[in-house]
Amino acid sequence: MQCDVCGNKKATVHLTEIVDEQMTELHLCEDCARQKSVQMEQQFGLADLLAGLADFGQQVKNVEKIKLQCSNCSMTYDDFRKFGRLGCSECYNAFREQLAVLLKKIHGSNQHLGKAPSKLPQPIKKKIDQLQELKRQLQRAIEAESFEEAAALRDKIRGLEKKGEG
Amino acid sequence: MQLDDFINHTGEWLKGTGPHSEIVMSSRVRLARNLAKKPFPNKAPKKVLDEILEAAHAAMNQINYFKGTAFYKISELDNVDRKFLIERHLMSHEHATNPDGKALVVSKEEVLSVMLNEEDHLRIQVMQSGLNLDETWRIISSIDEELSQKLQFAYFTDWGYLTACPTNTGTAMRGSVMLHLPALVMTKQINKVLAAISKLSFTSRGFYGEGTQASGNFYQISNQVSLGHSEEEIIQNINGLIRQIVEQEEQARQALMVQNKAMLEDKIFRSWGVLKNAYIISSQETVELLSMVRLGMDLGVLKEVDRRTINELFIMIQPAHLQKIEGKKLTTVERDARRATLIRKKLTGDLSGN
Repeated sequence: MQCDVCGNKKATVHLTEIVDEQMTELHLCEDCARQKSVQMEQQFGLADLLAGLADFGQQVKNVEKIKLQCSNCSMTYDDFRKFGRLGCSECYNAFREQLAVLLKKIHGSNQHLGKAPSKLPQPIKKKIDQLQELKRQLQRAIEAESFEEAAALRDKIRGLEKKGEG
Repeated sequence: MQLDDFINHTGEWLKGTGPHSEIVMSSRVRLARNLAKKPFPNKAPKKVLDEILEAAHAAMNQINYFKGTAFYKISELDNVDRKFLIERHLMSHEHATNPDGKALVVSKEEVLSVMLNEEDHLRIQVMQSGLNLDETWRIISSIDEELSQKLQFAYFTDWGYLTACPTNTGTAMRGSVMLHLPALVMTKQINKVLAAISKLSFTSRGFYGEGTQASGNFYQISNQVSLGHSEEEIIQNINGLIRQIVEQEEQARQALMVQNKAMLEDKIFRSWGVLKNAYIISSQETVELLSMVRLGMDLGVLKEVDRRTINELFIMIQPAHLQKIEGKKLTTVERDARRATLIRKKLTGDLSGN
């Protein structure tokens, strides 16, 4: 594959950027990559990319963000922004609000619809299964634009979720 | 089981059978799992990593699927052994760097492997030959279920399985299919196909792992999104996509056979000729020629070789494999000679130059 910039040399550096489900790829030779490296570090590092996504729409809360820290592993939200990796499963609690936004940006959803560990007590597992089935139906209803059905399903889901909290 | 025992055979997933095996090399499903509240590997001190290894190892020892599996501490393996395992698609490059507190579990047929303390505490992988994602998922899901009865996995009901990187959160599942697409490359349609794949939130990488360019016309396609769909849905989506690509490759192959038969046969038999007669050959050249030979065999043009032999050669001609077979370190020049010898031996039974 030739370099996208000079079109001469063999591309050895390959970059992929995904913005709003649009993926762009850039293939560069070593020389062009080096020339662009300052620019690229700002644009393409995975950690920065994640951080960029995580920051989206949160500039106002700048001061608050710095204070966030996981009480289990002591990772700060700032660390996460720098490295793009979380410290432990409890970080998901500590940075819940921020991650809810980030997960939605990455996956287009922040609602798990897959399997659950089999160790969970049966009644809870049953309820989760039921909720997930309803949410799946809801998704299908929305895709099919049957909004009346979707509204009914939404109310059912809310009812079930409320019952769990009480 | 000794690591050296692996040299004499190759993984079950290379056997070249299963649905669409003339285009689909293999199917793979990977699950990431973490122990609740324990720091993820990049944040865990050595002592905690060792505890995790011990807990995971103990849990596996009680599960039937893990009977007869080998357990290797990465820090106890030398460089060639580590590369050897990477070349067999049993572990990642990342797993071989900073080896402290990391381990690898491998089943005898190499269907199942688990990286312990890579980016996540457990990275479970199951591989099968041909387009077989449903079966692969069934196996790995039942292994996961048994493990989850013995280990407390980090899990939120709304976000699913929690992973070190949020790009894996949710099902924490990656399904991949390795495709051989020489006709789409030759007819210059491959970029269109790859563009469509990325538009649908799937990724493509090469045969020799993450970050590698496609070589030998192999493309490994996997899902990118892990949250918001059930595992079965994700697998259905991959299956649907793969079937379409397979169909396009089939059409491209037929078109080539009709319009450019002489050119195609010339390419195939030249490749066959070089592989059977070379005394010095680089891995890059080998992979390109093997790809043509595999195409020739899959089209029924070349009948003197079977698919498994070709599949195995893609693995065996790599540097660490040649050095393991030889039992010593080899320079690049030496490797190019040994590689040629190995290929001649496999394809013709010729033992000269040994």
